[in-house]
Amino acid sequence: MSNYLEVKDLSVVYTSNEIPIYAVNGVSLSLEKGKTLGLVGETGAGKTTIAKSIIRVLPEGATKTFEGDIHLEGVDIMNLPEKEMEKVRGAKIALISQDPMTALNPVHSVGEQIMESLEIHENLSKKDAMARGMELLEMVGIPKERFLNYPHEFSGGMKQRIVIAIALACNPELLLADEPTTALDVTIQAQVLDLIMKLRDERGTSMILITHDLGVVAECCDDVAVVYAGQIVESGDKYQVFHDPSHPYTRGLFHSLPQFVGEDGRLHPIPGLPPDPSNLPQGCYFSPRCPYADEHCKTVAPEPYEVEPGHLSRCHKRRGEDIK
Amino acid sequence: MSLVVILMAAILIFTIMNVVPGDPAAQLLGSEATYEEIVAKRTAMGLEGPFLIRLGQYLWNVVRLDFGTSWFYGTSIVNEIATRIPRTLFISVSHLILDVCIGIPVGIMAATHRGKWQDRGVVSLAMLFQSIPSFWLNMELIVLFSITLGILPASGIGSWKHYILPIIGGVLGGWVGSARQIRQSLLEVMRDDYVTTARAKGVSSRAVMTHHVLPNALMPVITLVGGTVGGIITGSLMTERTFSIPGVGTYMLTAVNNRDYPVVEAVTIILAAANALCMLLVDLCYAFIDPRIKAQYVSSTKKGRRPKKHGKITG
Repeated sequence: MSNYLEVKDLSVVYTSNEIPIYAVNGVSLSLEKGKTLGLVGETGAGKTTIAKSIIRVLPEGATKTFEGDIHLEGVDIMNLPEKEMEKVRGAKIALISQDPMTALNPVHSVGEQIMESLEIHENLSKKDAMARGMELLEMVGIPKERFLNYPHEFSGGMKQRIVIAIALACNPELLLADEPTTALDVTIQAQVLDLIMKLRDERGTSMILITHDLGVVAECCDDVAVVYAGQIVESGDKYQVFHDPSHPYTRGLFHSLPQFVGEDGRLHPIPGLPPDPSNLPQGCYFSPRCPYADEHCKTVAPEPYEVEPGHLSRCHKRRGEDIK
Repeated sequence: MSLVVILMAAILIFTIMNVVPGDPAAQLLGSEATYEEIVAKRTAMGLEGPFLIRLGQYLWNVVRLDFGTSWFYGTSIVNEIATRIPRTLFISVSHLILDVCIGIPVGIMAATHRGKWQDRGVVSLAMLFQSIPSFWLNMELIVLFSITLGILPASGIGSWKHYILPIIGGVLGGWVGSARQIRQSLLEVMRDDYVTTARAKGVSSRAVMTHHVLPNALMPVITLVGGTVGGIITGSLMTERTFSIPGVGTYMLTAVNNRDYPVVEAVTIILAAANALCMLLVDLCYAFIDPRIKAQYVSSTKKGRRPKKHGKITG
């Protein structure tokens, strides 16, 4: 295992009323220590499920299949017994979840919630955990006097800072940030993102940043993986992907951004909707919406090919020859 | 708030008893009484005179906890209720405690084994016991334990054994409510984000359950249990009747049949007071568990007396 985090052929199938929902379909990705990978994609593409798989907190009753290989520093996370996994969660891998409004338990004070992982992983006494918890609050810019306040006494941005403090409490090596700013006010988004970046840089934390904001990726990440219908359709260094988007879906994403120079000032959305994960199309999952798709695309699922070293695209059509 | 409820109940029951047809005085004196005798009796019973004045007099008596004497037995109602209410309370409270003590663990087991045989078993049993009418169940219990097996007495009071069947009869149907409610709310709460947050912190699954899921899932159960207390107390009317237990329920039923208005009124007011008390307890439990509700109480009582401790700063 060369890389810090290696995910191979990850598949997750949920079930809802006996109907299988194919949330993640053979995702492979890797992350070098200290780097940040951006997972981009539409809502429902399976980004959150990928993150929850890595820290193994998928919903228990609803998950039918959970397959693949996940190695963290060579340790097989996938087959770790639950008791061992509890020691990894919060200590080595931490999760910042999407919606700060619901991510904190309403019946416990934020202090208790910050102290919890310190008491579990670092064996700190109540007193020491409290002191550390207060430091963590100050670190995310909240006065330590508010340690014993309850979640409902904080604003959304402050709650997200508290969630960040909880995630970083035990100095995790890998931080999974699941759309940390989506639920926040635009003016707060930048603050929270800056905070995460600053703390990441100070501690050398590796990170997977899930977002659907390409701007955020450009600013914060080293590598990018574009997720569509539970698959990674394009991945690579952020410069490779941003300068030379090769998959028709990635190109569509860039076209649908507002352009401030030239042209007609119109947006060019990708036609159609993402596929229903309980009823995925045959062949390439993007083929029903793809302007380049032909019969071959609609019957045979494509494998990733190397556009240039380190830059993969899951498409039958070759960049340069078939696409423009 | 609770006092208003009790007062309204008193006014309502007094009014209803006044407008129901039939003359209790005539019934007491029998068919051979003359008109003059009946009027004299009515005056003695306090049935003559303007309604509002009688209502006012009655309410004033209630406030002084004077419920009058029974027309039928001629005994003090307060004394009678005081000897009867421990029996009713004993049955109702044991019933309630057992309901919760059985229902909640069973519901938790069902929720944590969702979709497995334990869950299906609990759900089917719950359905079964909810569908069985309690009077029929009580009869069957009497047939089984008193007549066929002959190990428990069928009716009356005397020893602790007399209370077993009435309590079992109630609990068999009673645990279902709290079990179903806690199962349902656990399943909902387990999907909440903060549970994922807790799991992602490395909290063990047992601690996630006891520390994070349960406190949140208990709220609807408290509401339900608070609401069923009223049902249990009024349900004791039926139970006491079936097992011939001289409790408050039997007292009320006999009084209704005898047109013993003061008794009916007194028991109704006491039942209303018991219900109001339970609702108050439910509110207190809420405040104890949920800091959001506690904050409401605190801010409404301290309003204006001191400025808010921390101003909310966005961001």
